[in-house]
Amino acid sequence: MEERPSLSNEPARYVLLLPAVLVVMFLSIFPLLLSIFTSLSNIKFVKGGFEVNYVGLRNYEKLLQGSQQRRFLGRFDDPGTFGWIVLAVFAAFMAYWLFRYVTGPRRRVFGLIMRVLTVIISGGLLWLLVRTSSGRGLPGTLVVTLIFVFSGVAAQYALGLLLALLVTQDLPGKRFFRVVFLLPMMLTPVGIGFLFRMLSDTLIGPIAPVWKAVGLYNFSWVNNPATARLAIVIGDTWQWTPFVFIILLAALEGLPTETVEAALVDGANRWQMFRYIILPQIIPVSTTVILVRMIEAFKIIDMPQAMTRGGPGTATESVTLHAYNLWRALDLGTSSALAYCLLFVVTFVALVFVNFIRQRLLEMI
Amino acid sequence: MAALRKFFQSSSPLKPSPAAMTISYVLLGLWTFFVLFPIYWLFVTAFKLPVDVNTGPKYLMYVDFQPSTHAWRELLVESGNLVTRPYRNTVIVGLSSAVLALTLGAMASYALSRFSYRPKPGLIATFILCVVLAIVAINVEVPWQLAVAAALSTFLLIALTIGRRFKGTMSNDDIAFWLISQRMLPPVAVIVPIYILFQQFGLLNTYYALIITYTAVNLPLAIWFMRDYFKSIPIELEESAFIDGASRYQVLYKVVLPLSAPGLVATFLIVLIFAWNEYTLGLFLSGADTQTLPVLVVAQNATRGPQWWNISVLVLLMIAPVFLLAIVLERYIARGILIGAVKG
Repeated sequence: MEERPSLSNEPARYVLLLPAVLVVMFLSIFPLLLSIFTSLSNIKFVKGGFEVNYVGLRNYEKLLQGSQQRRFLGRFDDPGTFGWIVLAVFAAFMAYWLFRYVTGPRRRVFGLIMRVLTVIISGGLLWLLVRTSSGRGLPGTLVVTLIFVFSGVAAQYALGLLLALLVTQDLPGKRFFRVVFLLPMMLTPVGIGFLFRMLSDTLIGPIAPVWKAVGLYNFSWVNNPATARLAIVIGDTWQWTPFVFIILLAALEGLPTETVEAALVDGANRWQMFRYIILPQIIPVSTTVILVRMIEAFKIIDMPQAMTRGGPGTATESVTLHAYNLWRALDLGTSSALAYCLLFVVTFVALVFVNFIRQRLLEMI
Repeated sequence: MAALRKFFQSSSPLKPSPAAMTISYVLLGLWTFFVLFPIYWLFVTAFKLPVDVNTGPKYLMYVDFQPSTHAWRELLVESGNLVTRPYRNTVIVGLSSAVLALTLGAMASYALSRFSYRPKPGLIATFILCVVLAIVAINVEVPWQLAVAAALSTFLLIALTIGRRFKGTMSNDDIAFWLISQRMLPPVAVIVPIYILFQQFGLLNTYYALIITYTAVNLPLAIWFMRDYFKSIPIELEESAFIDGASRYQVLYKVVLPLSAPGLVATFLIVLIFAWNEYTLGLFLSGADTQTLPVLVVAQNATRGPQWWNISVLVLLMIAPVFLLAIVLERYIARGILIGAVKG
């Protein structure tokens, strides 16, 4: 941190930061407190108002063990051989990671506790993933959301980076591409949901002739769990690649050109230039954009809601859509509890990403 | 042979070779098709009659269907201010909240990238406790002015006396993480509390509710993106401005902001688009007078089933101004502003 000791007590440090913090605080503390309370109570709508009863952790119990368990966590089955191999590889990798930390020079009790917690929670999530996706298992909304988040964000980052690199070259007509590529992000998400419902229709949508030609006339891809999820990831990628693209484009254009020119003079080829000159300089922005996209992607709702309504069954229902459906069924308590379960998972993933992955990447450059 | 070699070699070091250019154009063309086809489909659907939509794919105007402007007429002419009023609301709310988020965000992210803060967890816990007490007090019919004043003075009293003894501090990164964590809860979980909050202040169905909410939800994004851009600006430039006698605000306004124009423009576009298109919060906080366009889009999926033609028209009307703005602003996301700035 580039602190300037001689100026560190100037009023500017508060004048500049406090307005933003106060605005965010104004809209966060009260809603946060009230929704924690909602998640611990049972709200009944009665004549002329509603009745609030404190029920403790019963809403969470319902999600993790009770009537909503199959929808939220999924249906379990034995992991199977492949599942056990995945779990064993993960366990071995985590053991090695902890071993490295304990024998390393920077070990601390707090750091060790956080790492053990990380291993337990991520192990639990992997356990859930393996057990619900093998044999007769059925993924719940949590696993479906994780699938959407990781496949979507990976695709969006890879495509966004590739496109940003392509249009920062000295190409005639590059400004046309730059503006056109931003278009999908500008459409309102609810509109995109409807649009992709039109596009993915195999009877009256634009792909109908293709479908007929390959003999899939009676096969609607949004009625099959795997292809329905694929359709949603494609829609999400179409919508959000521009977001990654514009942030990385601004970062690439902000790079000082001297280093690039110096590397060219030294005879670096394109790959070397990307790997050793450009990539290290855009890693901070890249980690930010991935973090933000992940946080946003965990809240995915418009696309599955408009395209498949979470179906077939609950195959494409995300946690947020699940919470929304509970909310519409007037089960406000369970809906809030579900949102807090999601908050727990997102916070965990974000903390792991910021503290272990982002930190590691920033130290490497 | 020589011609072939020339194809793989570039004429100048900064220009891609013809081969690289061909590959680039192929890739860019593929993505352009992928991006534009759905939008083309919106465009043709906006001119289709219900029968054209329901009887299978029709691709080309005048070739396999006759365009009709019925949806445009229904929405823009026959329904009075059904579209124009939400349109005006969206422009007012979107622009003001985007400008606010960018201004406050740029200030805060500059502060976070140049000063070190050491907030104390103990003080934050005290503050939250005071807020809880104030809420409880308001619920047992204490006037809210009194409750807020009492809570605030209690907090200040504790902060100024025993507050100095609290141990343990947090860093700028913790502040930043707290800010971004505000986007983690899905809107459906906080919408009722936010609704109650604005109801208490009597701000429901006003522009203020929407502007404040959109500014608050977009600020964390603006702060995170601007922070990275500010960090990449050489500190030497600011130091030389300080030596010339500039104040902190002058440095921010005249040195840092112009240098981070690409980041500012990209961030502005993003927060504008987010506010422009937001649906869930808009649905609850707006009334008949302040309804925004996304709410109107969803209303087209009414009892008669989705009105594809109306949805298409509305979505096209919604992107038009944002797209024009992007065309105007794109030129500022360009290289070379920093060239030669840090020499000697």
